[in-house]
Amino acid sequence: MAFEIGGKTYETDEEGYLANLADWNPEIADYMAKDDDCDLTDNHWEVINFLREYYEEYQIAPAVRVLTKAIGKRLGKEKGNSKYLYELFPYGPAKQACKYAGLPKPTGCV
Amino acid sequence: MGNGAKKFMYVNRRAPYGTIYALEGLEVVLIGAAFDQDVCMAFVDDGVYQLQKGQDTAESNMKNFSPTYRALGDYEVTKLYVEKESLEQRGMSEDDLMELTYEDEDDDYQEKPSIRIVNRGELTDLMEQQDVILNY
Repeated sequence: MAFEIGGKTYETDEEGYLANLADWNPEIADYMAKDDDCDLTDNHWEVINFLREYYEEYQIAPAVRVLTKAIGKRLGKEKGNSKYLYELFPYGPAKQACKYAGLPKPTGCV
Repeated sequence: MGNGAKKFMYVNRRAPYGTIYALEGLEVVLIGAAFDQDVCMAFVDDGVYQLQKGQDTAESNMKNFSPTYRALGDYEVTKLYVEKESLEQRGMSEDDLMELTYEDEDDDYQEKPSIRIVNRGELTDLMEQQDVILNY
């Protein structure tokens, strides 16, 4: 599969995850979010940017449990919980946010 | 960890690149970590190369997944046993391995080393204590 932004084509896998990590730019996140009827706020971007940094450092997309704990440590307890993260990303914080961040689907997600 | 937790040991015997075993094995550990079992890993034979520091796969066209071992602490996999004899046979010592740590929640989140060097006899004893042993 693929989509097009401003004349440039981006390849994705069958679930809509970006095929090439290096293709990513913030416009892609906005485009994917719009497709899900979701408007990205600063709170969304905090999580998306965190995931990109995590991937850069460890070469994996973290499982949701690991993400929740790490967000709590980085951004504070009021954000490091499932309720907050599911409100931002109702399709599942790891799955949906990783997709917008241009990462592969988290290891262990079915 | 609940009372029903079983002791799992993942034994890694192969070099990191050239076959898919090491990467697949690591992914299974990360996936399995969600099930709240008592997990440890053992590195023997060429498996010790998986933890070698300074890995560079640029020439081989394979992804360098060695940074992922550093995420194991986040997944609460904190016991990585490396067999001393396997290191020595390859002219290696603990200094040739990556520094892998975890934060001990029961000890004010202190950073502690995950790698423990054990000799063959100690590893045998550890294997005898496991409920499940998986080889990669």
